[in-house]
Amino acid sequence: MKPVIFGTATLAAAAAIGLYTWQTTTTPNPCGSTSVAGSAIGGPFELVSENGETVTDADVITKPTLVYFGYTFCPDVCPLDSARNAQAAYLLEEQGIDIGTIFISVDPERDTVEVVRDFTENFHEDMIGLTGTPEQVRAASLAYKTYYRVQEGDPEYYLVDHSTQTYLVFPETGFATFFRRDTTPEQIAEITACFMGELT
Amino acid sequence: MKMNTKTLVIAALLASLSATAQAESTLTIENPKAFATPATAMSGGGFMQITNTGPTDDALIGIQADFPRVELHTTEFTDGVARMMHVDDIAIPAGETVALEPGGLHIMFMGLNGDPLEEGETIPATLIFKNAGEIAVTFDVVKRDMAHSH
Ligand SMILES: [Cu+2]
Repeated sequence: MKPVIFGTATLAAAAAIGLYTWQTTTTPNPCGSTSVAGSAIGGPFELVSENGETVTDADVITKPTLVYFGYTFCPDVCPLDSARNAQAAYLLEEQGIDIGTIFISVDPERDTVEVVRDFTENFHEDMIGLTGTPEQVRAASLAYKTYYRVQEGDPEYYLVDHSTQTYLVFPETGFATFFRRDTTPEQIAEITACFMGELT
Repeated sequence: MKMNTKTLVIAALLASLSATAQAESTLTIENPKAFATPATAMSGGGFMQITNTGPTDDALIGIQADFPRVELHTTEFTDGVARMMHVDDIAIPAGETVALEPGGLHIMFMGLNGDPLEEGETIPATLIFKNAGEIAVTFDVVKRDMAHSH
């Protein structure tokens, strides 16, 4: 298997740039979140949907959407984060606010259309699961500046290191903010609602 | 079967061995559980709390269960990147409780191959400790609690 290589050095550099950007260009946001001004996170992607159709970002991000990159072989972190995002969507639904949730696999070799569909259905009936060719997944990951790397040495039960942040993305304006793992469903719901009040 | 003298000696020896093991390391396993998985899942996680009430440190050094691959795992986080990895042992220090829980230490059941973990099922397994030896446990497969909070 050919791992997607963003080396450790690249990761460290990306983290350093992230920190720098954070300190110099973060503007206070009324939504009280970690909005990073001027960053180019997100953009066009082409992936394969749960129905096996090729879709673009415009096809799947039709409303404010939480976007997460992970892999289904991961038995606890990815399900926890996906369940948390689903929970945020349900909380907003109770307030009459409609948002989308998307899970993008960074393990397209094992995460077939069917596997990704089963995985996402588990958390929210409307959660969209996306996979694709290794090239499509790599391009989407690059656009969103996420990191993933296949651990070498095991052809069948290999593990994948991956970023765990969740992005809040709007159909017209794109990236709004991101949430770290320790953000609660309540916080995500509140901040998302705030951005929707501002941007829509 | 009739026990001959040799069998009796071995039985006595085993009894004394297990008594010694228990005197050295008293381990309590609580709430062994695994979350139900989707039909096509390839892996599942096992969780529990292990308490060492004895005076001697111990360590979980292995697990046996009926899957193509079962391993002791942990997940570490660096700058928001999750890295799951195999560990050779999990220290269970004297007087402490070690939790295997989502997002950290876990048992990794791999190769489900179309036989998912279903709610209500149980997974018989044998934990292997450095001092206490083998301890049988049964993981209950439960539905994932969706209303969790961090
Ligand atoms: Cu694992």
